[in-house]
Amino acid sequence: MATPVSTQSTSSAPRRPEEIAKACEAIAFDVSFAPVRAWKERTGRKAIGFLPIYGPREIVTAAGMLPVAVMGGGDRVEIVRGDAYFQSYLCQLPRSTIELALGGQLDVLDGMLFPATCDVLRNLSGMWRMSFPDKLVRYLDFPHDHRPLVGMRFWENDLRALAHDLGALSGIVPDETALARSIALYDENRALLASLDALRVEAPHRAPIAEVYALVRAGAVLPVEEHSVLVREYIAAAKAADRAPRDHARVLVVGAFCEQPPIGLLVTLERAGCYVVGDDLCLATRLVGEQVATEGVPPFASLARAWVEKARPTASRYLPNEEKGRWLVDRCRALRADGVVLAAPSFCDPALLEQPMLQTALDRAGIPHTCFKYAENTAQLQPIYEQAGTFSDSIRLFTEAA
Amino acid sequence: MSTRDTEGGHVPKEPSMIKQKELLSAYYDRLVAAPQTGQKVVYTFVPGNLTELLLAFDVLPVLPEINALQSAMRGRSGDFIAEAERAGHSEDVCSYVKCDLGMLRAKSGPTGKPLPPPDLLLLSYTGCFTFMKWFELLKQEFPKAEVAMLHVPYQADGVVTPEMRQYVLAQLREEVVPKLERITGKKLDEDRLRELMEKSALAEDDFVAVLEAGKKKPSPIDGYFGAVFYIAPLFSAFRGTDDGVAYYRLLREEVEQRAAEGRGPITPLGQLDDQRIRLVVEGPPCWTSFRELWSMFAAEKAVVVASTYCKVGGLYDTGFRHDPRRPFDSLADYCLGCYTNLSLPSRTDLVARYVREYQADGFLVHSVKSCNSFSAGQLLMLRSLEKKTGVPGGFLESDLVDPRYFSGANVKNRLESYFQMLLARRGAAAERAAEVTP
Repeated sequence: MATPVSTQSTSSAPRRPEEIAKACEAIAFDVSFAPVRAWKERTGRKAIGFLPIYGPREIVTAAGMLPVAVMGGGDRVEIVRGDAYFQSYLCQLPRSTIELALGGQLDVLDGMLFPATCDVLRNLSGMWRMSFPDKLVRYLDFPHDHRPLVGMRFWENDLRALAHDLGALSGIVPDETALARSIALYDENRALLASLDALRVEAPHRAPIAEVYALVRAGAVLPVEEHSVLVREYIAAAKAADRAPRDHARVLVVGAFCEQPPIGLLVTLERAGCYVVGDDLCLATRLVGEQVATEGVPPFASLARAWVEKARPTASRYLPNEEKGRWLVDRCRALRADGVVLAAPSFCDPALLEQPMLQTALDRAGIPHTCFKYAENTAQLQPIYEQAGTFSDSIRLFTEAA
Repeated sequence: MSTRDTEGGHVPKEPSMIKQKELLSAYYDRLVAAPQTGQKVVYTFVPGNLTELLLAFDVLPVLPEINALQSAMRGRSGDFIAEAERAGHSEDVCSYVKCDLGMLRAKSGPTGKPLPPPDLLLLSYTGCFTFMKWFELLKQEFPKAEVAMLHVPYQADGVVTPEMRQYVLAQLREEVVPKLERITGKKLDEDRLRELMEKSALAEDDFVAVLEAGKKKPSPIDGYFGAVFYIAPLFSAFRGTDDGVAYYRLLREEVEQRAAEGRGPITPLGQLDDQRIRLVVEGPPCWTSFRELWSMFAAEKAVVVASTYCKVGGLYDTGFRHDPRRPFDSLADYCLGCYTNLSLPSRTDLVARYVREYQADGFLVHSVKSCNSFSAGQLLMLRSLEKKTGVPGGFLESDLVDPRYFSGANVKNRLESYFQMLLARRGAAAERAAEVTP
């Protein structure tokens, strides 16, 4: 029997933001996936995992299943067998994911979706087929041609095929009506997360990054309606909390879109004097931040279009002409960020190859930046504390913004 | 090992080697002269290259990964990589990319002369995610160049669906061709494209005959170290040309002659007639220590009878040919079918097939730090292949063009141990056979 994890307060008194965050942390970082097991026992339905940076959760939900974003084992899994599957020069996320699978923690998932994030995750889809032949495995080849009648059409066909396969597994093939309902649930969630982001921009001291991250990441394993309740509760609690602002620099964290840094690293950034007012953490559930439902466009087409037109510019998407650099500069200005922390996982080709291009754009715009590498199980945080502290000091004491 | 035909330590050159050298040398001369001749230049990649289409527009293809490996074989890649790392590129990422960017910064091509800037960056994204980042970086270096994106869907399920083919076809017709027409000012002549494809198919027939000669005992070819020379014209600028047809005919005749005479391939240590070990190799070569690594095999009388690397530019030995009767479909199928676009289970099945069909004693995985497309999953492939084939696998690690990641002594130790194990296993099998035979 899986241990049910409560997402709601047991008393009538409103919870403080740190209490909500603590509850979220228990859900988000549970590598036994107890919340998913509890949901399955409660509903008798199936769960589908997906890896960063994207899963069409709307379709999974419309097929009557629970979408679960699997973001590796973080610093909570000891790698015993995973190293026998990956050479030392490959990143950490796939080895901890395979460790979880071999350890049985991912048995709770009835299928797994592998987005075209990079070559490593692409090949992991094949490893999954070879290692777990009884599970549904699908590769999500999102389009890099962005024209409506070419790339978008290809992607829409792929999404329809996915809906069919998921329907065969769950017994509920999602039609346009079911998908529209599901999209509405996620659009509500996206609107709430946008409000949360707005709060961070206006008053970052009210929503510390570690709390925000735990809250957002809980959405990776919770049904979307439950997550929306939590986000709403947290925003209200954070606004009401008595938290004093500090003399911190406002930074954007970029590069951590797939393998996630340990939460201790995020706490370290803030302790070192950096308010994180924007980030690309946990992109698996946040790649599309805008509303997906589009007036006059059928749901499958809306979802296909969302990837092409509304997904964030990120290293795993092909965008020529320095579009991503310009987007980052614009985002810095919109969020009134003083600087950018380029945090990339070790051995992450997309993030690390992207970095020099982003640095060039930031240099041209005169925006300070610093960069470091991490792994999901990084334990040595002192050097990052010192680097982030120096970065914050340099912004606060020596730039024009100061 | 026989070293006949070698004199004074120099390995003799066969006519096909001389011809290839002439072809490539003339090609680089044409490239260097492009700014003067006005010939348009298209940068693209080997897997899924559209050479026939490019030649139909009389443009010159430049293949950055070939430039990088050529630099490595000339011992220059280390400096270029250092240059790119000084400019902010991580030591963790693909060394092909860094070598190429370093070359640009140093204003040098692999031959020492600068290469012309691209008129078009034709990003044929086939089986390598890093290609995308590479061309985003190149676009930053060459802001005036046009970019054509050809997204080739991955064969994750081991099949090409009509939707995948349709997607590639639409991009070819609506993205690639119009951009080629724009930069050249010419309309596509489909008859010319068909002519080129007819020649491609001729060369491809001969190329497959060369590769399949590896099934013979002794093998007249080395299907890995030797084959990287065999693939050079076909995977670069010479598919569809008379020179390409002539080269592969000449090569095939040489190989058939060697087979008829029971001779092995020419290696850095001379001709390898006495072949003790037959191997299949998965993974790209180490270009910085290419000769040194090949010599380690040759010294142990090990010949590679088949490899996956020489399929990155097309899987011809499973039946694909460019087809002049259906030129665009054929280009789409070509892109979709390259080895780098195959799923891990399909790759594993292919290597198992090679082990069986080429009667290999073992298979060796050469894992390179730079290439996640190849390397991620190779350890699982290794275990799966041992189960499927019943023959032992070996595992080596180094890099494509970064000399810092080749440790000669370690590689030699590992190879020697592996070869000894294969021979001991064969000896034990022979003993067992002798015991049961009265």
